Amino acid sequence: MCMRKLCAIALGLGLGLGVASAADGPHFGRPIGPADLAPWDISIAPDGVGLPPGGGTPAQGAAVYADHGCAACHGDKGGGGPGGALVGGGPLNPTDRDPVKLIGNYWPYATTIFDFVRRAMPWQQPKTLTDNEVYALTAYVLAINKIIGEEDVMNAQTLPQVKMPNRDGFVSRYPDKH
Amino acid sequence: MPIGEDIMSTRRNRRGDSAPQVAGNGLIDRRTLIGRGALIAGAMTTGVPTSPTGAAAEPLTNGPWSLAPGVPIPPYGQPSKFEKKVVRTLSNPNLEPRGSAARTPHHLLDGTITPNGLHFVIARGGETTVDPDQHRFVIHGLVKQPMEYTLDALHRYPMVSRVTFLECGGNSAPLYSKQPLQASVQAIHGLSSCAEWSGVLLSTLLDEAGVDPKAKWLIAEGADLPTMNRSIPLGKAMDDAMIALYQNGEALNPSNGYPMRLLLPGYEGNMNVKWLRRIKLVESPVMAINETKQYTILLASGKAWQFYFPQEVKSFITRPSPGLNMASPGYYEISGVAYSGNGRISKVEVSADGGKSWAPAALQAPVLSKAFTRFRMAWNWDGRPVILQSRATDEAGNVQPTRDALIAERGPPRGTPNVAAFTMEHFNAITSWGVDAKGEVSHVYA
Repeated sequence: MCMRKLCAIALGLGLGLGVASAADGPHFGRPIGPADLAPWDISIAPDGVGLPPGGGTPAQGAAVYADHGCAACHGDKGGGGPGGALVGGGPLNPTDRDPVKLIGNYWPYATTIFDFVRRAMPWQQPKTLTDNEVYALTAYVLAINKIIGEEDVMNAQTLPQVKMPNRDGFVSRYPDKH
Repeated sequence: MPIGEDIMSTRRNRRGDSAPQVAGNGLIDRRTLIGRGALIAGAMTTGVPTSPTGAAAEPLTNGPWSLAPGVPIPPYGQPSKFEKKVVRTLSNPNLEPRGSAARTPHHLLDGTITPNGLHFVIARGGETTVDPDQHRFVIHGLVKQPMEYTLDALHRYPMVSRVTFLECGGNSAPLYSKQPLQASVQAIHGLSSCAEWSGVLLSTLLDEAGVDPKAKWLIAEGADLPTMNRSIPLGKAMDDAMIALYQNGEALNPSNGYPMRLLLPGYEGNMNVKWLRRIKLVESPVMAINETKQYTILLASGKAWQFYFPQEVKSFITRPSPGLNMASPGYYEISGVAYSGNGRISKVEVSADGGKSWAPAALQAPVLSKAFTRFRMAWNWDGRPVILQSRATDEAGNVQPTRDALIAERGPPRGTPNVAAFTMEHFNAITSWGVDAKGEVSHVYA
């Protein structure tokens, strides 16, 4: 603590880098505003906060899936490949157990599909899809899992409303263990 | 080490025959074998060392390396050319479009610090090459002042160092399979490693940014292909979280997040975000793929644990282990590593009779919190088949469970996955090595 205070006095003030609002510290960073942060601020909460404008349908998603060669990793209609299946997944109960964790039998939030596709897919060119394409792919994946209808549009309003089949399938180990 | 190779033969000591046994099948008190122990003292007074092989000694000669200059000292030293087999095993050597795992060769190492080139790696998009001059790290969200940092800026803050293990949540997953997978300790437990990390405490930067009282979590995100993101409780961030810049004294290895990574001592490896570029303070978790699908543990009830966080107490014997066989009966040292995400290791017990009797192993100092602890146990093998096990206890009183106990908690396995199958089971059960009458070591369930 002593070291931090010394730094604050000797360096923070001396170099004029201090930010008046925060606590003591040397302040070697630079303040950054929302506009400059926006390209990296891609977090999407399960209640939909952070979802961008735009939208898409399962049919549009099927076209994006074909155009971008998604089947090479995920198979025809998401049936499976080296990148894993997008449909299927058996029961999680202990009597007839198929613990393969897939979107339809396991994922608790539909927003996670949009978030992951936008940040990580396609594997060879991540972060290149438009928001409309990501919404369309999300709608396609939800529709092939029969979680939404073929005509449903996914957008910032509808996507957080989708109730995933395993939404209530989790218990948090935190904060009991931390 | 190929099966049948006998690196342990030099450890034999037939004089161990008379050492007092501390547990079944020949576990003995190692204090009698080192230091001022009676056996060693006795051997010295007799002055008649017996060759274990009975072969007559040859006259000593000078090797060619003693008769000519060596080679120039390299600017960055590499391991001996005779140690080329001491490497990680790779799950995706040609970088196909999927994740990559590199496993630590525990059976070929000793001590507690994993060399940087052998530290385990899991990466979703290969090894990310980040230009340190262009890299930026930001803290924003529920703070008074969002901040952007360069690597040079972070280097000017007060730093700390600590030794801590990292372990993938999927490490030891092969123990879940129905039949014991015949593979090395590297294949079974190779997704854990231990290093000394140096960097800036995250609390230093969060204090400076001014945390809004509404913030309860933060989202940490990397600069890699999937922009890997995880939710972390603010309490952990303010406790012992570090922005690590150095690994075992040098800049982070590229596979381990160069130029900066998040370090959360004791927590599941995936949360220790590599190539760290962003921390956003928020009120509740973001429910990223790696905290909803991956790294959640399906229980026997059909529900799944989420937010597992601390890696539970674990140990495994690295020597002997599958591939490190024993040529003949006699004295051997049983050695391995133990660790817990809850704190220090307080005890490691070893059994040579499949868990019927146990004896405490020696814990090599220093025994550090949330770090590998090396344990050692003296053993006089009489040549009959045995089952070797280790069982660790941490300072919080957690005892490493049996495999049966974990299976009961999580439900029976279905099928036998491939060794590379990544089933995320946070499996910290006791591992059993079977030694047969020929001295060959295999993975067994006991």
